[in-house]
Amino acid sequence: MASADIVRQMGENVRPLSLSGHVGFDSLPDQLVNKSTSQGFCFNILCVGETGIGKSTLMDTLFNTNFENTQSTHYESRVKLKAQTYELQESTARLKLTIVNSVGFGDQINKEDSYKPIIDYIDAQFEAYLQEELKIKRSLHNYHDSRIHVCLYFISPTGHSLKSLDLVTMKKLDSKVNIIPVIAKADTVAKNELHKFKIKIMGELVSNGVQIYQFPIDDETVAKINSTMNGHLPFAVIGSTEEVKVGNKMVKARQYPWGVVQVENENHSDFVKLREMLVCVNMEDLREQTHTRHYELYRRCKLEEMGFKDTDPNNKPVSLQETYEAKRNEFLGELQRKEEEMRQMFVMRVKEKESQLKEAERELQDKFENLKKMHQEERKKLDEKKSVLDEEMSVFNKRKAATELLQGQAFQTAPQMNLKKDKDRKNY
Amino acid sequence: MIERPEAGGGVPHPRSLEGYVGFANLPNQVYRKSVKRGFEFTLMVVGESGLGKSTLINSLFLSDLYSKEYPGPSLRIKKTVQVEQVKVLVKEGGVQLTLTIVDTPGFGDAVDNSNCWQPVINYIDSKFEDFLNSESRVNRRQMADTRVHCCLYFIAPSGHGLDYVMKEIKEQNIKIYEFPVTEDDEDNKLIKKFKDHVPLAVVGSTLVFEVNGRKVRGRQYPWGVAEVENGEHCDFSLLRNMLIRTHMQDLKDITNNVHYENYRSRKLAAVTGNGIDASKTKGPLTRSPLAEMEDERREHVAKMKKMETEMEQVFEMKVKEKKQKLKDSENELQRRHEQMKKNLEAQYKELEEKRKQFEEEKAAWEMEQRVLEQQRLDSSKTMEKNKKKGKIF
Repeated sequence: MASADIVRQMGENVRPLSLSGHVGFDSLPDQLVNKSTSQGFCFNILCVGETGIGKSTLMDTLFNTNFENTQSTHYESRVKLKAQTYELQESTARLKLTIVNSVGFGDQINKEDSYKPIIDYIDAQFEAYLQEELKIKRSLHNYHDSRIHVCLYFISPTGHSLKSLDLVTMKKLDSKVNIIPVIAKADTVAKNELHKFKIKIMGELVSNGVQIYQFPIDDETVAKINSTMNGHLPFAVIGSTEEVKVGNKMVKARQYPWGVVQVENENHSDFVKLREMLVCVNMEDLREQTHTRHYELYRRCKLEEMGFKDTDPNNKPVSLQETYEAKRNEFLGELQRKEEEMRQMFVMRVKEKESQLKEAERELQDKFENLKKMHQEERKKLDEKKSVLDEEMSVFNKRKAATELLQGQAFQTAPQMNLKKDKDRKNY
Repeated sequence: MIERPEAGGGVPHPRSLEGYVGFANLPNQVYRKSVKRGFEFTLMVVGESGLGKSTLINSLFLSDLYSKEYPGPSLRIKKTVQVEQVKVLVKEGGVQLTLTIVDTPGFGDAVDNSNCWQPVINYIDSKFEDFLNSESRVNRRQMADTRVHCCLYFIAPSGHGLDYVMKEIKEQNIKIYEFPVTEDDEDNKLIKKFKDHVPLAVVGSTLVFEVNGRKVRGRQYPWGVAEVENGEHCDFSLLRNMLIRTHMQDLKDITNNVHYENYRSRKLAAVTGNGIDASKTKGPLTRSPLAEMEDERREHVAKMKKMETEMEQVFEMKVKEKKQKLKDSENELQRRHEQMKKNLEAQYKELEEKRKQFEEEKAAWEMEQRVLEQQRLDSSKTMEKNKKKGKIF
């Protein structure tokens, strides 16, 4: 930011002041640098490219270390990401380097969703940072920043054009991360083809609206070199950890029957350019862009998603506290509503069941009322029959009594004749 | 003393590189970018009028920060304590610094000075609040840092002596700025020297005198010139070196990492989660308010599930009870019905028996009657015969 920016930003009433001697605040950048150096630096690289395209080898070459990566198979069913962190030191600078490699990229038959795990990984790192930033008690200065600072996208050295997988993936990534496309295994592309290839690639990127990382030209100290380098994109790189004797030196190279491809020979590849740009000149800018552009975009989208706004419906500014309180009230209201709903549901069920049971009770009562009625009818019938019988019995008894009376009288009037009969009768 | 935030833990042995990589240039990249960005610093001076605050500031920054046009605080005394600021842009060696000096005219000058520090506290807090608000916006832009990074507190030169002052500071547990311990022995020596001289006894002056052929800034007395930058005369150089040349960045870092963070956590804890009941703190506050809400939501879901299960249980139990009652009722009624049926059947049977008996009796008697009747008929016939035969009367 130029001083004009500072003055404008500070607003009114900033007056320039001249100093009559050496005050000493020109040591401020050194003070800042000393602090950063003692804390150590942190850098995270994401390498995206097909299996076997040379991602690990390039990293080994770039950082002059054997990161001990095992070769991947081509049989991964889906794209995965593998991250490893290393502590490196060069002179006074300590670097915590994290290299994230895509595994299985381009190996599936259906590559429609290949970019998704990559996006998810990048977002997850942003999310972790955001969560830390939102905590009530946080420690940002201590936080191990895992956000991806640069994505090296490895383009297959077909010599023709980008694959649709490349375009789709880079288009999805360009709003999330700084992309530096590189042509991998550049030693397989002939010199005359390479230039055309680069132009084709850049043309396709532009026509598809893919925004790759541009080396910054706003700082006069590095504007010139950055501007030149921007014209050499994408860098055609080769990697090698093998050493071959060239002249009287051992250099990193790849040996072919027709010659030795030297990694650090600028005529042979853009490796040195890549190292210069990525590591020596713009590493800090890549980190800054990640933080001020890509992360801010993620954060803004996430907060808006969660319902945070800077102004309320009347366009008055809303403070963070007010937003939190509003959210909290909304949230509590929702919880209460859910509770109420559940209670209501239960009340209804109880009512329903009660009426069901009442119904059953009533049916039962009816049933037994009917039975009782039937019973009473039976009883009536029985009683009728009883009285009929009683009536018959009474009639018979009367008859019998009357007959016996008559017979008694008859016996009295004819005693002799009937004496024998009497005896008989008595014997009877 | 102020706790410093912990630096990132112990570093394991870094890997050795097999050749040039180039990230050793990172510090230069940081340097370059910081110069481009420019720096800002806010220094607050607090003390009664006439203690030489303005002169000291002018001496520190070798300029007419306070001048006839822009008078110092002691010349701007108001009825009450004010907090005012002056903003200047200074350049040196390619480095730009936006310097804000905050002063407090009227501080300690009244007869009753109770709470004269309140406007000062309010000012510092309001700057924290401004920063918190800009930091919390959804759309954030480059944030200006107007927070107070250092406060020079001027103690009137009373007769008590500086040891007394230090004792008081320690006893009252006043946390003054602590210098970070470094690995550099030279630095540590300077720091120790500084610590030994706290509180610093300073002399400020913008007037230049010649002493022993040298041009020096100082205050001229009949008995000699007190040189501002002579370490044996006063601690000005110590102050200037520490404040500006070596620890300016650290003062900013402590403000950002300690003082501001304390303010922020207090503010957020009061408003969110614990807003309803400020005395109730939820855990160690290591989460964001939204994460707290997520937790609460989960708790609530669990609570609701439990409530639902309980309600369900009670419901089922009551239904079971009622159904059982119904069944019992049904059984009872059924039993009674069976009973009555049996009863009725028994009575029917009884009746049948009775009728049978009766029929039999009746049949028997009727048969007997028929026999008798026959006998009578026979006898009657015999009588007739006998009558005819003259046997009877």
